[in-house]
Amino acid sequence: MGKKLITFLLNEELKQLSDTDPNLTVLEYLRDDLGLTGTKEGCASGDCGACTVVTAEMGPGGERLQYQSSNSCIALVGSLHGKQLLTVEHLRSEKSLHVAQSCLVNSHGSQCGFCTPGFVMSLFCYRKNHNEPDLETIKEALGGNLCRCTGYKPIIEGAQKMFLDKSRDQFDSREPITIKALNEIRQVKEEIGLIAKAGKFFSPVTSDELASLFCRYPSARLVGGTTDLALEITQSLSSFDVLIAVDRVQEIKTIVDSEGFLSVGAGVSIEELSRALVGVYPSLKEVFVRFGSLQVRNKATIGGNLGTASAIGDMAPILLALDAILVLRRGDVTRQLSISEFFISYKETALETSEYIERILIPRKTENEVLRVYKISKRLDDDISTCSLAIWLRLEDELISDVRIAFGGLSEIPKRAAVSEDCLRGGRLDEHQFIRAMSAVEADYAPISDFRASSSYRLIVGKNLLWRTYLDIHGDGLRKLRVTEID
Amino acid sequence: MIDLTKTKLFDESEKKNTVGKSLAHESAELHVSGEAVYVDDVKIPYGTVHAYVGIANVARGRIRKLDLLKVQEAEGVVATLTLADVPGESDIGPVYPGDPVMINEGGMIEFHGQVLFAVAATSYKLARKAARLAVVEYEEDEPCLDVEKGLEAKLFVRPSHQQSRGSSGKAISESPLSLAGELRIGGQEQMYLEGQASLCIPTESGGMKVITSNQNPTEAQKLIAKILDVPMNMVDVEVRRMGGAFGGKETNANQWGCIAALLAAKTKRPVKIRLARRDDFIVTGKRHPFLAKYEVGFDGEGQINGLDMELSADCGMSADLSDSIVDRAMFHADNAYFLPAAKITGHRVKTNTVSNTAFRGFGGPQGVLAIENVVDEIARAVARDPLDIRKLNLYSSNGGRNVTHYGQKIEQHVLRPIIDRLEKTSDYRGRRIAISEFNQKNLWLKKGLALTPVKFGISFTVKHLNQAGALIHVYTDGSIHLNHGGTEMGQGLFTKVAQVVAEVFGVDISLIRCSATGTDKVPNTSPTAASSGADLNGMAAKVAAEEIKARLIDFARDHFKIAENEVAFSDGKVVFGERVLPFRDFINLAYMNRISLSSTGYYKTPNIYYDREQGIGSPFYYYANGAAVSEVVLDVLTGEYRVTRVDICHDVGHSLNPALDRGQIEGGFIQGMGWLTTEELVWDNNGRLETNAPASYKIPAIGDTPPEFNVELFAKIPNTEETVFRSKAVGEPPLILAISVWCALKDAISSLSGYTLSPKLDSPATPERVLFACGQMNDTQEGVPQNALV
Repeated sequence: MGKKLITFLLNEELKQLSDTDPNLTVLEYLRDDLGLTGTKEGCASGDCGACTVVTAEMGPGGERLQYQSSNSCIALVGSLHGKQLLTVEHLRSEKSLHVAQSCLVNSHGSQCGFCTPGFVMSLFCYRKNHNEPDLETIKEALGGNLCRCTGYKPIIEGAQKMFLDKSRDQFDSREPITIKALNEIRQVKEEIGLIAKAGKFFSPVTSDELASLFCRYPSARLVGGTTDLALEITQSLSSFDVLIAVDRVQEIKTIVDSEGFLSVGAGVSIEELSRALVGVYPSLKEVFVRFGSLQVRNKATIGGNLGTASAIGDMAPILLALDAILVLRRGDVTRQLSISEFFISYKETALETSEYIERILIPRKTENEVLRVYKISKRLDDDISTCSLAIWLRLEDELISDVRIAFGGLSEIPKRAAVSEDCLRGGRLDEHQFIRAMSAVEADYAPISDFRASSSYRLIVGKNLLWRTYLDIHGDGLRKLRVTEID
Repeated sequence: MIDLTKTKLFDESEKKNTVGKSLAHESAELHVSGEAVYVDDVKIPYGTVHAYVGIANVARGRIRKLDLLKVQEAEGVVATLTLADVPGESDIGPVYPGDPVMINEGGMIEFHGQVLFAVAATSYKLARKAARLAVVEYEEDEPCLDVEKGLEAKLFVRPSHQQSRGSSGKAISESPLSLAGELRIGGQEQMYLEGQASLCIPTESGGMKVITSNQNPTEAQKLIAKILDVPMNMVDVEVRRMGGAFGGKETNANQWGCIAALLAAKTKRPVKIRLARRDDFIVTGKRHPFLAKYEVGFDGEGQINGLDMELSADCGMSADLSDSIVDRAMFHADNAYFLPAAKITGHRVKTNTVSNTAFRGFGGPQGVLAIENVVDEIARAVARDPLDIRKLNLYSSNGGRNVTHYGQKIEQHVLRPIIDRLEKTSDYRGRRIAISEFNQKNLWLKKGLALTPVKFGISFTVKHLNQAGALIHVYTDGSIHLNHGGTEMGQGLFTKVAQVVAEVFGVDISLIRCSATGTDKVPNTSPTAASSGADLNGMAAKVAAEEIKARLIDFARDHFKIAENEVAFSDGKVVFGERVLPFRDFINLAYMNRISLSSTGYYKTPNIYYDREQGIGSPFYYYANGAAVSEVVLDVLTGEYRVTRVDICHDVGHSLNPALDRGQIEGGFIQGMGWLTTEELVWDNNGRLETNAPASYKIPAIGDTPPEFNVELFAKIPNTEETVFRSKAVGEPPLILAISVWCALKDAISSLSGYTLSPKLDSPATPERVLFACGQMNDTQEGVPQNALV
């Protein structure tokens, strides 16, 4: 075959996969192949965090390791290449517990114990990435871990007390050795892959290789963070013949600040994107903190989020409101397409066979622009939108000179609210204009009723979010508008 | 009223070493290191195959054809199993028949998700894949999916039951004020993090070793024996721990154990079964949804004169435990309030959904929610703070207002001091004023506040279940093996019972190992349920330990020629008058002198009875009490809300372990909050569960824990009954405290009407229901553009 194998560190041990089914999840690999049963399966869909593991990779400078939590139940084994995989079994040093473990013992943070290994790994990762605890970041770090027993209070207390211990752990001590080992794996600059009986897995390193592989295997599925794709394996029990991973293609993992645009590679994770984009558009923060869980945001890619063409994806309305441009590539040919032309019908996009999203060009903010985004869901954190709104306005001399509005969850494809936009465009920024735009929402959308909400609720909330926009922009700022603003 | 602080209720002279200490959960270190073994983690024996089930795709109808050819031909398949393969009794109904282990060709389907067949294959994945390949044809019938329709059609799984005192109709009609209404109360998925799992290993002579995640090992043993047609002594069931259960493994774990056992017997190989999460949601029962209809008569102050309450439970397709669950709802339809005249009726309605089952509180929470809703309605009608109405109607030791509508006298009145204390410590009145000011200033966000109490009856209402056994061995090195009939599901039962035993022997808890619950160690056990685990098993273990201790004291008396009262066990030592021996040395000495160092212990709860014919009795040994104050803020534009502060004061008697009790209180509260807020079960018109995974069914996440969450154990007042070290049960009651969140939401919504209207808010109070309830108040709110609200 000539292909290089999937190579990674399991704690300190070098592992190579040669005849493994590429459809195997990391959780199945750990539990069934290695007998490491500390990591638990709670849902096999990335929604409970019981399977949380931590991977370490070299940071940009190559001097320090970067730690990341993820759901092993929806990660495929191929994603481990070039990383160090750490599970709950690896945290004990000699006989003593790691501080991410002992803090939970001391705070009575485990009851049935089944979610606990996942919490321990999220805590471990949190300890690695923060110097001091605070409630907001604790909740962000643990928001993807469900516990049915404790009510979370002792876990929060444990997370805080974990920082009382300032000593270095075994992973810090071994960091140079780990980096050296990972560097050796990274020396391989060629395409790697798994060619097993059950299917083929390719992991190219250049965009050209990626494009050519996708042409060679037009029925292949592109693999980003697999936070959606893996559900077809774990829930629908599908098995893919050819998988092409994009995570080693550095060209599509960059965020480039070009003139007029922020050019974002399709392989950029939602978490990375959030950090870059919130700097430009601070109002986006309130949607990003409610976007999936940290484990999911760490893995999910912006390209995947758009490519699945979900009616309830959180990024599409935002990029519609910002009028982003997609750079699509097929073989050697690239083309640009406005995102407003990308979504064709339910789960169908303008992508042709063997074509994929290479980059997303997000216009930079200019003077007099306002962007507001809101997300409404049954549970505040880590839930799918019942309704979301992204609205972009250009204000000139008290007038709305231009506007773009996109709702999520109100239609079968993400799309702009043309009639509502017309009501606002060219008008004054006043109550009257917004009330007109609100009544137009029904002309733009006919939402369905489902288990998340009724059609009428979605419409009312959609309208009221426009009203909230008005209050947000025009209000005196003294009256609070969001329940999350209240202590 | 009894002044509890001045009453000597038990012997305080006994100095306690271990009981009452906040020791960590016995498995805490194993939990955090991933070393705790759950069923799916057990190293499987050679040759183990994996079982999975095929389920019905319609909610009601006859199976015209069940063709398993493709299943049998699928990769890795070792065997298939249908009803025809069952050697013994195939109905696994725990109390009444009605739960067939599977349905064969020609049989009637009663809910979507009913098991049709099972398959065993060489891997979990292959078994799951094969299970989807059956060709099934149905003759579909119209399913009954709604409790109201079932009620109209008089479709019941069990006969209705009534409790009544006086003439409630007369009391209501003669009252100055009266109200009538109804409330829909949603169900709840247990969503234990560890799904249903069993491993069955055939043993010699046709027996079966069963390792399972089950709250009731004895029931599993009984059913597996019956289904295999072997005597119970051929089946050993073992439960080391469960990754959560919450009632969802009280009867609903049996079916999977039975199916694995059948396949193990058929293939003569070990068989493991584990349900994938989505299937676990679909095929196992949930908390019963209820429809509560009421009529209440009261005076101008808000004091209740009479109540008619009709509680109709959606039991799903079979009786399961519904009879007792509806009874418990009825027993709690008073919650903490004296009902001078009352008629409480409980209907067990049959619908074509999965048979609903036990869930923490066992009907109690639904009964309490129904009456707390009534109290809120009364408060708005007489324009008083709901807290004042609650206090006004509270059971009291004065004026004969201390007997429940089913005739049980309340002996220990701790609720009034709890509420008074909480009112002060939570600054209820001050915050009430601050909230009014906030609500006047803020058009778009509204705050709400509520205090609700709970009085929860402790005992199984099925009398014979109130018994327990334990087994203790003391080994010659002084280490102690403890076993009892209770199961560990995270609540800390093993820790508490070990503390009890350590206390009796005066030794450190590290000397005690509590081994997996096993039907071959302690027989004929009751389910670990009804909050009774520590009460029953702790007492049984205490009896066993005291039996051995008594033998040791007799031996010491004779051996050292001293009086019995000169022998004392404490701090790992045994004192004989002037002499002292380490516990271990004394045990070895006793062994050398041929003293039996093993004993069983047995306990049954005294003084409980219920005459079901009359609807009168004293079914509970005692009541556990508590109260909570919750504050919420909601967004009138979207219905979204947050709980910003919770204060709890809860009565656990003399706590066996304050940290574990606190864990039960906090965890129970958040679980109850989920039930009443975001946990919404939605079925489609064909009876298919749509919210069938954590992606669509939202239990509380860490962000939902209130930023201020104060929990206090009430004043260390001992149980007046002779429970184990005067402690009180704590598993279920705190869940009910979360009703304060639901009432606070209603309070916030009511503020839109200037507190003149009481919103109708069915449970769960999802953002959608909250928004529409805000819409009910719409007329009176000024300054809002008409179309900015509902």
